[in-house]
Amino acid sequence: MSNVASNRLLLRKLVVVAVAMFGFGFALVPIYKKICETAGIYDIQRADKVMNTQVDRSRTLTIEFDANTRDLPWKFRPLQTSIRAHPGELVHVVYEVTNTTAAAGLGQAIPSYGPQIAGQYVKKVECFCFTRQELLGNETRQMPVQFVVDPQLPPDVSVITLSYTFFELPGGKAPGAS
Amino acid sequence: MEAVHGHAHEHGHDHHGPTGIMRYLTTTNHKDIGSMYLWFSFAMFLLGGAMAMVIRAELFQPGLQVVNPEVFNAMTTYHGLIMVFGAIMPAFVGFANWLIPMQIGAPDMAFPRMNNWSFWLLPPAALLLILAQFVPGGGAGVGWTMYPPLTIQQGMSMDLTIFAVHILGMSSIMGSINIITTVLNMRAPGMTLMKMPLFCWTWLITAYLLIAVMPVLAGAVTMLLTDRHFDTHFFNPAGGGDPVLFQHIFWFFGHPEVYIIAIPAFGVISQIIPAFARKPLFGYSSMVYATASIAILSFLVWAHHMYTVGMPVQAQLYFMFATMLIAVPTGVKVFNWVATMWKGSMTFETPMLFALGFLFLFTLGGFTGLVLAITPVDVQLHDTYYVVAHFHYVMVAGALFSAFGGIYFWLPKWTGKMYDETLGKWHFWLSFIFFNLAFFVQHFLGLAGMPRRIPDYSLQFADFNAVSTIGAFGFGLSQLLFLYIILKALRSGEKAPQKPWEGADSIEWTMLPTPAPYHSFEKPPVIR
Repeated sequence: MSNVASNRLLLRKLVVVAVAMFGFGFALVPIYKKICETAGIYDIQRADKVMNTQVDRSRTLTIEFDANTRDLPWKFRPLQTSIRAHPGELVHVVYEVTNTTAAAGLGQAIPSYGPQIAGQYVKKVECFCFTRQELLGNETRQMPVQFVVDPQLPPDVSVITLSYTFFELPGGKAPGAS
Repeated sequence: MEAVHGHAHEHGHDHHGPTGIMRYLTTTNHKDIGSMYLWFSFAMFLLGGAMAMVIRAELFQPGLQVVNPEVFNAMTTYHGLIMVFGAIMPAFVGFANWLIPMQIGAPDMAFPRMNNWSFWLLPPAALLLILAQFVPGGGAGVGWTMYPPLTIQQGMSMDLTIFAVHILGMSSIMGSINIITTVLNMRAPGMTLMKMPLFCWTWLITAYLLIAVMPVLAGAVTMLLTDRHFDTHFFNPAGGGDPVLFQHIFWFFGHPEVYIIAIPAFGVISQIIPAFARKPLFGYSSMVYATASIAILSFLVWAHHMYTVGMPVQAQLYFMFATMLIAVPTGVKVFNWVATMWKGSMTFETPMLFALGFLFLFTLGGFTGLVLAITPVDVQLHDTYYVVAHFHYVMVAGALFSAFGGIYFWLPKWTGKMYDETLGKWHFWLSFIFFNLAFFVQHFLGLAGMPRRIPDYSLQFADFNAVSTIGAFGFGLSQLLFLYIILKALRSGEKAPQKPWEGADSIEWTMLPTPAPYHSFEKPPVIR
């Protein structure tokens, strides 16, 4: 066979393509983050800019609050289960979290919304979910959330549920979760 | 296959390697390896089929009768993985091994030892997938798509599965490199690219797709693995990851994968239809360009699998229209096949019956695909049995029927033995009828809202599910007839004539004796 050398050359090129595509799989992670950031899609760890503070007094919304924990021996609850507010109005609520064990732990709260579409209209100015929360043993902490519901909210939405789940962050190994 | 082996010795060819199992462990002959691929994929087909029978038995009646939900979920997962990676893909690699050297006038594949490796990676991967059923916690019940966060919460069966996917991916990549090099560098003098049989073209394009996307899947499952064990947070929201990201990466692999399965099937059909219509393939070059367009478009439409994750409407519109665009080159192919048959003097032997079955049912599956491409419709039908019906029409009636047709078509060339034509026709009609019985009704189930991957269902779905289960068992049992036909042909089949199909005109038929000798084209043929 006279073309052994050219076969090997092609083999090498194709291996490079395969390895590059393996790298591309990982490169998709930052690319995806960047696209979401530039397109403004749902960046949950950043404060929203509230541009329009016009309060729409013709509508009154019920906003319900919910709290969950995952893998963390923490007690987590909102101080108010629901409030009524107008779109455009600045709302201030407080959540309370208690570390039920003697050891310190590290957690991150992730919000979710019901109905899902409400997520993009709840503009959070301040939230404990923007940063990780480190609790000392038996510490109790009250944490604020400040947000404005965008008056552009579709008219058929009258009840919004804002739910937070505290996840255990590795690194600050939480007690109890061995 | 044994017949090839026996033949080689009969004629005193220079094959004096090891015998018995060592012969197959060490073989570098493309024909041996092709046969091993085909037998392996048939074994996996029966295994994945047995899993499908468990699923359909459970769904025969509402309520839980046969297995518990965990086992049911594991069955849906491994049925999918085994059928895609264990049965369909190796089957077409088997065809590629047998046919590409014989169709381009090459003595063997470009890298025969690597070829041996690509095959022998498959059985360990299959063993891992089987082993995953028996570890504590049972098989992973995540679906073949392996979406996190569920995947991150599974037991050790998930690790075995991830490792199996790695090995299967490596095997595919090595096989693809081999195929590309063979097609590009090893063609006989005069065999220009645009003279190649279309089957070689479809595999060249498929092999490029494979080396572009299999590594991406390997990356995705590697991220799953590190998320599971090494505290990374690619997909874990608590650490700033995003489970939707996995879906994007997975379907960047997953959609081209659909065409990795379908395009070699197109190639087989493009060989069979001209042979039985006794006319050259209509629009050869448009077939090549259409195949390449499908391959390129397949990279641009991945998110139509995930319309419901909450994409911006602009993205949904883009993916909807891009997806519909694929219907254009696919339509070119379907019309070319029909035009090939137009005014041809057709006969309807078993390979042609399977090719026609493919043409009808694959086109039907393509149409339901167009329905699902429409975002607002898909939001309704997402994860219902309509989707299950759609992809079984393109995978089973598409890829699998084409593989059956290809086996019947080339069996005489490979083994020198004819299969039993009457039984072959029985196999086709039983498969065709039971396939439709099993899957056509699933369209109605999906439209009525029955969700997939759930072992129980509401009472109003009972009748269609019972019909579907009867069809599925009929289809499964018909495949045992296929095994019998092949074994009968190998044991006591009539001697095949030099050219059993009058209209077959690629060089494996016109320039090689039947059966093909163990070593073919040691001196390159002259192609005019």
